[in-house]
Amino acid sequence: MPHLLELHDLEVRFALRTGDIIAIDGVDLTLDKGETLGLVGESGAGKSVTGFSIINLISKPGYISKGKIIFNGDEISSYSDEKMREIRGNKISMIFQDPMMTLNPVFTIGFQMIETLQAHRKISKADARNIALEKLKKVHIPSPEQRLEQYPHELSGGMRQRIIIAISLLTDPAIIIADEPTTALDVTIQAEIMDLLQELCESENMALILITHDLGVVSQVTERMAVMYAGKIIECGLTDQIVKHPVHPYTEGLIKSIPGTVITPGCDLVQIPGMMPTLTNIPPGCAFNPRCYLKEAICTTKTPELKDAGNGVWAACHMR
Amino acid sequence: MVIKINTIQDKFMVAFIIRRAIQAILVMLIISLIGFSIKSNIGDPVRDLVGERVTPAERAEIADQLGLNDPFSTQYIRFVKNVLHGDFGTSLIYRKPCLEVILKHAPATIELVLGAALIIILISLPLGVFSALKPKHLFSRFIMGFSTLGVSIPVFLTAIMFIYLFSVTLGWLPSYGRGETIDIFNNGYWNSGFLTIDGLRHLILPCISLASIMLPLYIRLIRSEMMEVLETEYIKYAWAKGLSPMRIWLVHAFKNTLLPVVTVFGLQIGIMFAFTILTETVFQWQGMGFMFLEAIQRADISLLIAYLVIVASVFVLVNTVVDIFYGFINPTVRISGTK
Amino acid sequence: MKSSLQKFKESYFLYSFRQDKVAMASFIAIIIFIILAITAPWTAPMDPYDANNIDIMNSEIPPSWNEGGEAAFPLGTDNMGRDMLSTMLYGLRTSIMIGIGAVSLQALIGIFMGLSAGYLGGKTDAILMRIADIQFSFPYLMLAILVGAIFQIVFGISRYEQLAIPLLILIIGFAEWPMYARTIRASVMREKNKEYVEAAKVIGLSKSVIMVRHVLPNSLTSLMVISTIQIANAVMSEAALSFLGLGMPVTMPSLGSLIRSGFDYIFSGSWWITIFPGILLILFVLAINLLGDWLRDVLNPKLYKG
Repeated sequence: MPHLLELHDLEVRFALRTGDIIAIDGVDLTLDKGETLGLVGESGAGKSVTGFSIINLISKPGYISKGKIIFNGDEISSYSDEKMREIRGNKISMIFQDPMMTLNPVFTIGFQMIETLQAHRKISKADARNIALEKLKKVHIPSPEQRLEQYPHELSGGMRQRIIIAISLLTDPAIIIADEPTTALDVTIQAEIMDLLQELCESENMALILITHDLGVVSQVTERMAVMYAGKIIECGLTDQIVKHPVHPYTEGLIKSIPGTVITPGCDLVQIPGMMPTLTNIPPGCAFNPRCYLKEAICTTKTPELKDAGNGVWAACHMR
Repeated sequence: MVIKINTIQDKFMVAFIIRRAIQAILVMLIISLIGFSIKSNIGDPVRDLVGERVTPAERAEIADQLGLNDPFSTQYIRFVKNVLHGDFGTSLIYRKPCLEVILKHAPATIELVLGAALIIILISLPLGVFSALKPKHLFSRFIMGFSTLGVSIPVFLTAIMFIYLFSVTLGWLPSYGRGETIDIFNNGYWNSGFLTIDGLRHLILPCISLASIMLPLYIRLIRSEMMEVLETEYIKYAWAKGLSPMRIWLVHAFKNTLLPVVTVFGLQIGIMFAFTILTETVFQWQGMGFMFLEAIQRADISLLIAYLVIVASVFVLVNTVVDIFYGFINPTVRISGTK
Repeated sequence: MKSSLQKFKESYFLYSFRQDKVAMASFIAIIIFIILAITAPWTAPMDPYDANNIDIMNSEIPPSWNEGGEAAFPLGTDNMGRDMLSTMLYGLRTSIMIGIGAVSLQALIGIFMGLSAGYLGGKTDAILMRIADIQFSFPYLMLAILVGAIFQIVFGISRYEQLAIPLLILIIGFAEWPMYARTIRASVMREKNKEYVEAAKVIGLSKSVIMVRHVLPNSLTSLMVISTIQIANAVMSEAALSFLGLGMPVTMPSLGSLIRSGFDYIFSGSWWITIFPGILLILFVLAINLLGDWLRDVLNPKLYKG
């Protein structure tokens, strides 16, 4: 059965003066209609870049060097910029991390919402305004008419993020890519926003790619998840399974280090020794091997491929 | 924009405006004090009034009448009072009230500055935006190189070279004076060169010369501001929303670039006036700068001080207005009160 | 442990400098200009400031390659009969002296004020910055013209001639110190909160020692950047003042005054009196600006992307 979105062997490089660096090394992902997928990893693992590459918005000097992205059967990775514009903000919407920085400070909310609609279809200002109001109500914003006339700095962080979610809903997209949507918000607001996203995806039957380093959020919200490490996916599959029975030692370490799962008050914090390598210093073989307690000789020479570990989970590890 | 004063933010704004206004008044008082000190120490109003052929006794009497033997503070207060009524004394050279002399010379300078400002806006905006959008393009490099050259040539040299090229060698454009002017308001005050072909021909070289020193500055400013704006998150988000490049560049990025540029423009008006002195000298342009130099050369103290006080007050006014305007559009400024 | 010289040789600074041909060319040009200026008393064909050397009969002779030119005066003579080449060399010398002198004065005053304001903060900061603001709002050129004019009126022309160079240094120096003050204050405020300052305080170093020995060296990069701009500005200011007749006196012409005297003769055909000094001035300031541009790029990579 064809998926809504497929990433085949995606490779993204950054062209530096001293040569190319590989940021994403052969990533495969699938997403179905209405599904929520979590993309997890530390900073620098490549998850944001993956998100951006779907709509071809990687900051220079990055570029897609290999692989295909297929959306609704079309190979959008080969689209011209003009054709890509029909997808961006229209069929695939994106939510960024910091709502203060995302909205243009010199234009009103209404201006920024109406222009999104007018960019993608022929619609009068009045009609666009009505749709904007409708979506603002959907994200539970009080007195939406007032909000349209306000400037971003007049609103709180949580409110702004709701507005950004509303903007992403304007065109009834098939997919929302949320890049760390709650990192810049207070903890209490975080929960509200995540609940909102979940509720909307269910009611509108939208697919959601949730990019985050917060395993807690992923375990509560997503149906499937993929764990990235040093530019590769090292484990992916059903979220419930992975959280309860992680296969890859890295995932295992991540889950263990969340207070409340394995760790109880009074016991030592669990850490994964060492740090994730930078893109220029990736060790040969399995990138995780210097920090892995299961390491064997083969791990330092041969890069493991994703293989079926059972129960709907795939992992890239020689030892499991 | 309706101004409502009920939120805390608005209260900050009012406090900010009051603070800046008080500062402005203070500065103007200091300037007037300095101006007056110079005037009272250097000038000789008795001689200005009656010449050299008077006895010392008559001198002393006239000095008394003029109030020149009063204590400094009394004289100063008198000075300020007069100034507030528009009385700056009488010009030695023109034998007319200083204010009248200045106002008669003002239109020439204002038209010069206006013409130069127009040229600057029309050229620096497109060039600055272009070199920000396509920084590696050959034309952009050319613009940047040219602008480095531009700031290296003093304004009077540009003026002279233009005269040499266009007047002496090619004979296309006139090299001095304002040409034919028309009295707009029919009261002898505003003689405009904008309304006659001859006047316009005379305006071209001076305006271009004056613009030439500021043009490179603004091109660079617009370029660097816009390049910074283009790297922001909200521009990236605009791309993610699927807006057209034209809209992103010319609406989103442009408005954010324009704001700081406009503030700089306001603050630079002072520098423009300084450069008009040089330009007017070269082109024999009968504006305020020309008058200022005349006053210096012929030691017309009253006129000099009047010019300084007026011009300084205009600067302070413009600076204050620009500061307040900036406070409106940048909320973080109001609270700390600093730039 | 490498010596400082060794570290400098291997630094990115030097590497980037070697890469940029424009920067190298302008640096070499500036060195040449400075050498020319310093050795002017020995290399110039004659001393243009000595009235005995000037013969009014020699005035307005065109450059030697033109018709009517003479070999003794390679670039022609000015309206008083002075040899252009010599006068230009001496003028360059004057410009450089005033430029460097004025900027040193600016830097001295500005750094002192800025350091105090930035580090001591509070009332000192407020007062010093108010003074700087007031001065900033008034264009320095007008200030310089005013002070020069008043000096001439009060002290008379001959006294003025004797004191011209130091006076110009003082005027331009005092006019522009707020630039330095603001820059260093900004960088001091940045550094103030960094940990090494706290560490120095904990050790017990006095405020002034911390300011001069620790904070100041870290602010050097911004200072270097504006110094080039300021030197270029100072040279142009002196030229402007001389052009207006308020700078160097007629008997000791600088490049600006040469341009001025030449201006009247441009219509009668003696173009060289204005054009040659003009070109020299432009080249000199251009070299400084190009070097300054490169310096700015190298020390502040985030400013110029692309």
